[in-house]
Amino acid sequence: MLKNALGREIPEKIDGIGELKLYQGPFEYEPSGRRFGRKISKVLPGQSKLLNSLENVINEIGMKDGMTISFHHHFRDGDYIVNMVIDMLAKRGIKDLRLASSSLSNIHEPLIEHIKNGVITRIETSGLRGPLADEISNGLMDIPVIIRSHGGRARAIEAGELAIDVAFLGVPSSDAYGNANGYEGKSICGSLGYAKVDAQFADTVVLITDNLVDYPNVPASIHQTDVDYVVQVDAIGNPKGIVSGATRYTRNPRELLIAKYGAQVIETSGYFIDGFSMQSGSGGASLAVARFLKDKMIEKNIKAQFILGGITGQYVEMLKENLVEKLYDTQSFDLIAARSIGENASHYEIDASFYANPHNKGCAVNQLDIVILSALEVDTQFNVNVITGSDGVIRGASGGHCDTAAGAKLTMVVAPLIRGRIPTILDRVNTVITPGNTIDVLVTDRGIAINPLRKDLLDRFKNTKLPLFSIEELKEKAEQLTGKPEPIEFGEKIVGLVEYRDGTIIDVIRQVK
Amino acid sequence: MGKLRRTMMYVPGNNPGMIKDAHIFGSDSIMFDLEDSVSVKEKDAARFLVYNALKTIDYEGVETVVRVNGLDTPYGKEDFEAIVRAKPNIIRLPKTEKPEDVLEADKLISKIEDEAGIPSGTVKLMAAIESALGIINSYEIAKASPRLVAIAIGAEDFVTDMKTTRSLDGVEILVARSQVLLAARAAGIYALDTVFSDVNDEEGFINEVKLAKQLGFDGKSVINPRQIEPVHQIYTPTQNEIEKSIRVLEAIEEAERKGSGVISLDGKMIDGPIVDRARRVIDLAIVTGVYVEEEGEGIA
Repeated sequence: MLKNALGREIPEKIDGIGELKLYQGPFEYEPSGRRFGRKISKVLPGQSKLLNSLENVINEIGMKDGMTISFHHHFRDGDYIVNMVIDMLAKRGIKDLRLASSSLSNIHEPLIEHIKNGVITRIETSGLRGPLADEISNGLMDIPVIIRSHGGRARAIEAGELAIDVAFLGVPSSDAYGNANGYEGKSICGSLGYAKVDAQFADTVVLITDNLVDYPNVPASIHQTDVDYVVQVDAIGNPKGIVSGATRYTRNPRELLIAKYGAQVIETSGYFIDGFSMQSGSGGASLAVARFLKDKMIEKNIKAQFILGGITGQYVEMLKENLVEKLYDTQSFDLIAARSIGENASHYEIDASFYANPHNKGCAVNQLDIVILSALEVDTQFNVNVITGSDGVIRGASGGHCDTAAGAKLTMVVAPLIRGRIPTILDRVNTVITPGNTIDVLVTDRGIAINPLRKDLLDRFKNTKLPLFSIEELKEKAEQLTGKPEPIEFGEKIVGLVEYRDGTIIDVIRQVK
Repeated sequence: MGKLRRTMMYVPGNNPGMIKDAHIFGSDSIMFDLEDSVSVKEKDAARFLVYNALKTIDYEGVETVVRVNGLDTPYGKEDFEAIVRAKPNIIRLPKTEKPEDVLEADKLISKIEDEAGIPSGTVKLMAAIESALGIINSYEIAKASPRLVAIAIGAEDFVTDMKTTRSLDGVEILVARSQVLLAARAAGIYALDTVFSDVNDEEGFINEVKLAKQLGFDGKSVINPRQIEPVHQIYTPTQNEIEKSIRVLEAIEEAERKGSGVISLDGKMIDGPIVDRARRVIDLAIVTGVYVEEEGEGIA
């Protein structure tokens, strides 16, 4: 075992994965080598890409044991594609697959059986939730899951660390030659930002749609030049699970209180000026910060240059009201956003590499002024955990957390000080997803803590009426009510490796006892 | 200026999640309820929960109030026995109908304070008036005990007693509200308005708060943290009111310096009540933080 820059114990190598690189700091690692190139193939004039069933697609591809197959998670808990494809591969007797989905959630519970039967032996994903996450935390797999951020996944694909044999990409509309988008059809998801990367780098690209349209389907998010096969199925997902009708603003008083403080922090920070840019998570408090900011923007006649990330209906509304110039959308969170991407010229679909890959020539998060993020746990070094719960079980996703924190000029984390009976602030988080030196401010319902590394912010906030405390004082406040929780006991077995966005290992997740 | 009691937030006495940090939402007072929001099965548990919360949690200076069960119920006596020993700022008596209700509570609190070695008069009282008889007796109630710092109207029970229901414009409780106010002002104590139950009707709520403020109430009982800020906004003097009041006070200082008897401002005569109102606006503006007195520039 070696220790990385955060003092986390990391093994030198893992059987089935290989040697690991130690996390050194947010911008320390120097990339080398060349971008990965996929194998060259040809499609002849007159040749059809449209096959009449998924079975035939699988016959054509020549699926073999040990392949890496990829999926996107734009259909969230409404996704039918992952289970559909893996069931079929299992029936063919295919084994030892590496499953690289951009994320996995509750609906993917059936994968548990496929892991037990050896169909899937490796998983690489941003997040895991539900029964699959429980089983994996309890040691279901022999080879640890690799957890990557959205930018980190795009980087790994481009670097060839995640070389995809076949990408099975569900798309809400496609023509027979492989031009696809996400905003038309009965199962729309809006942006196809994660899928776009897979489509450009996988050796074989299969589009699965329930809405075959006439050629040419333009404008397209995924292009014919990247696609090998197209197949139509009855349904690619359950529309209700893919997007909600409209993301509602929270009515939870605690979240509103956190959001009020959050908006005041942003207002005071110096970054809230005409032409600013921002991103917020989709959590109740994060979105409510955006609502309060909107009021302040109108009041002070301030406009945003762009809003990045997961886009919701509220941001579309701000675009229409001329409060923001452009929307950059990797993932659309509700029906309003999903439709808007096809309707509003200033609502741009971007891929995950453009969004957050640290090893391209400049990703969008580098241009970000303000990001508002959530947290399951924060420690006194400001390290943030968004992947494992207070019981040590995986129940979240890395997402764009560490990417945006590294990129933005002001990274604000919002969280209640106490969840249930458990304090949010600890001496040491169970799992580090985002290093504390990329976090600037923690906003809770009981007070605000500024990272002492940001002396400029400490000065700026000195004479405000905001309830400022040191993070240790906030921890103390929580523990006065809850007592100091016993640390969770973990087993020895490593069930997950957490990659920082640059491909180094920032932490490991161990089996729960 | 006396204590601000613009908002008194109800917190069910059986909900530890809400009790643990009820003060963070910024209401002037928090009121832990042992009465109507706690079912018969949970009366004991709620009493002990609130007792322990008051003994252990630092509410950071926010006024604490406990609504106990009436002394005519099987739980009232035990509520007093426990809660007085936990020393909240105020005990709120429900369904007060006659001055004897206040006197009985006063006597009991005195006895418990004495037994527990608590300085006499530490725990204050307020009385909720919620029936026709209570309204008729409101002045007698209001001046029944020096321990009593406020009376409040409880409209839900009152309208039932009056054989009617609540309406948005509140015509059915206008007389009762006015009566409670008259009694409170005559006795020199606080008057608090009733709750507004539909937390999602923001507009209706704001209208009712404006009405209560115009009538003269010191504040309102609220049932959700979301109701706090609108009340505070309505009870906070506007910049315009503050400026006008400063000019009134400056004019009077000027006149006193010159020794002139009749004072006028913008062609209008300024008399005692106008000066009193101006002082009240500035006091309120200072306490609510919207006006900061500059050093060495005190205002009369």
